[in-house]
Amino acid sequence: MDSSGLGVRRAVGFVAPALVLIGVFLVFPALWTLYIGITDYQLTGPAAADPQVVGADNLVEAVRDPLFTNSVWLTALFVLFSAVIGQNVLGFGLAWSLRSVSPWLRRTAEGLVLLSWILPSTVVAFLWFAVLSRDTGTLGLLLGSPQTSWLVEYPMTSLIIFNVWRGTAFSMLLYTSALAAVPPSQVETARLVGASGWQTVRDVVFPHIRGHVLTNTLLISLWTANDFTPFLLTSGGPNHRSEVLPVLIYRQALEGGQLGYASAMSMLLLVGNLVVALVYLRLLRRRA
Amino acid sequence: MAGITVEDLSTVYPNGVRAVDSLDLEIADGELFALLGPSGCGKTTLLRTIAGLEAATGGAVAIGERDVTRLQPGDRRVAMVFQDYALFPHMTVSENIAYPLRVRGVAKAVQQETAVRTAGGLSLGELLDRRPGQLSGGQQQRAALARAVAASAEVLLLDEPLSNLDARLRLEARTFLKKLQRELALTTVFVTHDQAEALALADRIAVMDAGRIRQLGTPREVFQRPADTFVANFIGSTPMNLVPRGAEIIGVRPEYLSPAREGLFNGVVSIVENLGVTSLVTLDCGEDQIGYVVPEDEEPAVGAVVTVDAPDTRVLRYDKETGLLVR
Repeated sequence: MDSSGLGVRRAVGFVAPALVLIGVFLVFPALWTLYIGITDYQLTGPAAADPQVVGADNLVEAVRDPLFTNSVWLTALFVLFSAVIGQNVLGFGLAWSLRSVSPWLRRTAEGLVLLSWILPSTVVAFLWFAVLSRDTGTLGLLLGSPQTSWLVEYPMTSLIIFNVWRGTAFSMLLYTSALAAVPPSQVETARLVGASGWQTVRDVVFPHIRGHVLTNTLLISLWTANDFTPFLLTSGGPNHRSEVLPVLIYRQALEGGQLGYASAMSMLLLVGNLVVALVYLRLLRRRA
Repeated sequence: MAGITVEDLSTVYPNGVRAVDSLDLEIADGELFALLGPSGCGKTTLLRTIAGLEAATGGAVAIGERDVTRLQPGDRRVAMVFQDYALFPHMTVSENIAYPLRVRGVAKAVQQETAVRTAGGLSLGELLDRRPGQLSGGQQQRAALARAVAASAEVLLLDEPLSNLDARLRLEARTFLKKLQRELALTTVFVTHDQAEALALADRIAVMDAGRIRQLGTPREVFQRPADTFVANFIGSTPMNLVPRGAEIIGVRPEYLSPAREGLFNGVVSIVENLGVTSLVTLDCGEDQIGYVVPEDEEPAVGAVVTVDAPDTRVLRYDKETGLLVR
């Protein structure tokens, strides 16, 4: 049992600091969120001093709350169009078309795409303000119609395009390495029998990278569903039109002061994530 | 059915390597043709340029009467079997064989029927529902051949067709391949670095080096009268003796030398290597080492002094400067 010869007591001593940190910053907040999710805990007022347990009332209220259902719908759109379709398709497309170009062009393109991924969210949000703002925005100037306030008039579309731009690098990198594992002779065999690009991808490439596609889709779906950057761009507005779940939860908790109610909604978001993850894992297992 | 004409063909890679260098070649209809050479000599690039997988930098490739130089691989009517066979692992043998038809949108029933017929011809009838991972190396090769045949191409290209098989199976597959090619009478070009394979299989051989053809001829011509010292060195399971004599280099195959009272070389036996039915004897003749082959049980003792000679017609003379055959 004690292969290092350290003795149980000393071994525990070494592990303890890490365990304490994990406990304080991960396990406790998670359990605490679960707990306050069943109370009427608030940021201020009598319920802050003496929260009462209300059971599943918060959950019932959330499901009936039009703001919540609106957010669920917006989050689903956000995940579907910006991650599952946008980042996936664009990332694969980039990886596929950069295979055969000259190395310096490939490296330059990959570097540019990566740049959008590694920049801090706040910096990126300000860049996009500069591009999309109403009076002096770069996009408006380029299109010659400087009076469009993109983030106000098309908030969800803007967020989706933003997130595609922001997150495609990951899919591109993952698919680049996945494509490297497809035997070139199989792709060439398809070329020799006259298969089109689409037939080659469908019949030869996709079966090889199916696992990568599922893993990638799972990761980018979860990241997008939990992404808080939309708050930096639109704060959920105008009039809740871009209020995805993480933004709604934040605003309920810290602007509305409804800590208990917000915690219950985070629980629902967590359950949603779990369901999505389980579906993907089941699909992955079917492959084997 | 069609021959292949290659005219002044060059293939240069982006890094500047001239893999194929102004090469001319004519391959007859129905011929079994070998591209032979050491690795890096350009033989695979030539094959891939004929297939259209590499773009020709200059010159032309024609199949039959059609100039295919600028055509996509899929429009050239060539089929190719890769060294690793390139079978699709997620498809059954039957689906693999029928894939060329599926791409062209041929009816399912015709696909199935073609797969069964082609597989039957290559003794794969029992294995139609297997996946490539469940086949032996020889079966995989036959499945890949079946897929190539099912494509009903005019030209069959084989990249190192036997190199992934173990030594025993290789002989069997070699015979099979030759028989299949005779039955189909399909113009076939194969690439190999193994001179024995080229000699055994091919109707004609092109020996390549540095993107050019060093010699083009039947196996017999290439074996008996190598055009230069490079080919002389490369062909033959025991290397040819190449001995400088004045302005010439004398070339004699070890198989053609035998002990004689007086003759070309005289030396002391230093090594005897058993080759099975024969033995390879190495003589120390001053600076040169001479090899000659003796039948079993006739090996001289190490240390014995031996003189060997060869019939005049078997002794080749090469120019020392150019390395080309003089006589």
